[in-house]
Amino acid sequence: MNTHSISRLAVVAAAALLLAGCAAPAPQAQVAVESDSVSITDAWVKSAEEGMSAAFGVLGNDGAADVTIVSASTEASPMVELHETVANDAGEMVMQPKEGGFVIPAGGTLTLEPGANHIMLMGLAKPIVAGDEVSFTLTFADGSTYTFTAPAKDFTGANENYVGGDMDMGGNN
Amino acid sequence: MSADRSSRSGRSGSSRRQFLLGGAVAGLGAAAAVGADFVITRTGQEPASAAINGSAVVDFYGAHQAGIGVAPQAHSNLIALDLVEGVDRDALRRMMRVVTDDAARMADGRAALADMEPELAVVPARLTVTFGFGPGFVARARGLAPSWLRPLPAFTVDRLEDAWSGGDLLVQVSSDDPLTVAHATRMLLKDLRSFAHPRWTQTGFRRAHGSEAQGTTMRNLFGQVDGTVNAQSGTDDFDELVWAREGWIAGGTSMVVRRIHMDLDRWDRLDRSGREQAVGRTLANGAPLTGVNERDEPDFAATTPIGFPVIPEFSHLRRARSDDRTQRIVRRGYNYDEGPTGESVSDAGLIFISYQADVDRQFVPLQRRLDDLDLLNQWITPIGSAVFAIPPGCQPGGYIGETLLD
Repeated sequence: MNTHSISRLAVVAAAALLLAGCAAPAPQAQVAVESDSVSITDAWVKSAEEGMSAAFGVLGNDGAADVTIVSASTEASPMVELHETVANDAGEMVMQPKEGGFVIPAGGTLTLEPGANHIMLMGLAKPIVAGDEVSFTLTFADGSTYTFTAPAKDFTGANENYVGGDMDMGGNN
Repeated sequence: MSADRSSRSGRSGSSRRQFLLGGAVAGLGAAAAVGADFVITRTGQEPASAAINGSAVVDFYGAHQAGIGVAPQAHSNLIALDLVEGVDRDALRRMMRVVTDDAARMADGRAALADMEPELAVVPARLTVTFGFGPGFVARARGLAPSWLRPLPAFTVDRLEDAWSGGDLLVQVSSDDPLTVAHATRMLLKDLRSFAHPRWTQTGFRRAHGSEAQGTTMRNLFGQVDGTVNAQSGTDDFDELVWAREGWIAGGTSMVVRRIHMDLDRWDRLDRSGREQAVGRTLANGAPLTGVNERDEPDFAATTPIGFPVIPEFSHLRRARSDDRTQRIVRRGYNYDEGPTGESVSDAGLIFISYQADVDRQFVPLQRRLDDLDLLNQWITPIGSAVFAIPPGCQPGGYIGETLLD
């Protein structure tokens, strides 16, 4: 289930517009909200007993402007990061926090997949087992949010090294 | 012969789910049916020319699981699994949600989530996945098992091996493409790994897709036309015989899987007329010994000039037939052929598969008659046996087994 919500900030902005418009017939507030143009398909999260895990899927943006995801959150892990996977100086593929967040291009998609961009669960609050439905909330640059659920799947891949530490991902390695 | 075949093909009666415009095409004759397997792709558009069979899709969702009524695919894997200790009702629900999603995606020619070989998923070739629940599954679900969900009564012909019998969960993966079957099977077993472990696997085959007109009755490795008397999917008769009507199994059915070893080496010693007497049908086209065409009704009263029945009392055809029309089943078997060992040059047989609303009412009396007397028993030996409850189908957003587990 995916839900959009307009952040408090966006609501305040809309209210300010209305006030400024004064006596004029209230215009339909045309505040572009980033979350309105975003959807995810094929979302899933890797099951894990403890430690780290990751979520994947295809993010779509059917709006006219690029959309930037600045953070993600889930009850499954108190700490969540947006990660990219890049080659380090030694040529190894390592993952690291993505500077400036994920950009979903206007009218395009951003694929989150093992070995590439992904949502990183840094420390599981409890085990994620296959078939669990895990809820995620993405927060965009304008403060709007988008919530979706991802089924958990057993998966033995997605074992990239984390540049920020020597922790392992998941419990199936 | 070819005219006969085309009429059979017409009568094959495509199920509602079937991708073929079979009902319309098959009547034109076997040649037309083979040459013009137009398919409706998943976008619902009819391609301009005959499409490649690999893109043919059987809808996963529906009132019944799709793999029961669809015209049998060329290849099939049956895997029985035992549930891992500790898997409870909640875990069963999670498990069935995951594998339902896998099966629905792959039937549609899309990769399952987390598929590491997604390129292998794009050729469904009429892929269906059927799930069945053994007694152990229903017990773990703390559900009410249908009275017939138990091992079959012992038959004197049985030489059952544990390695081919029983199981908590059945997964049947069928497609016209064996690579698709292998990939889909592996994907499902990967996702079942934390819930259940394979107990036995049986790999079956029929003629390759396109070798014969759709609807041609299969031949087994004895060379016999096998499965002539079968209610056709989509008919009232089929619905009456197959679909259960009560409880969580309503809209589902039962599945009997028996591994029947066929002693091809001993069968070699039997001449052609002896072979036809054993089954009561001709080898040429499967017609009863009193008839001309495969689907002619047998005349059990007809006698030879010296007074013996033309169709022997001991023949498979005579023994399988009951005057009670409710004691019928729908068969959908596959051949198996493994590597021979020792002195034998064959390890082959039939993966007997039947569907029926009630095993005890329909299958058991029939098998009792065959157990008591059937000349064919000289050459065939049941070495595996299992009974599964096949839950009904589901709609998008739902999952197979929800009528038991929700």
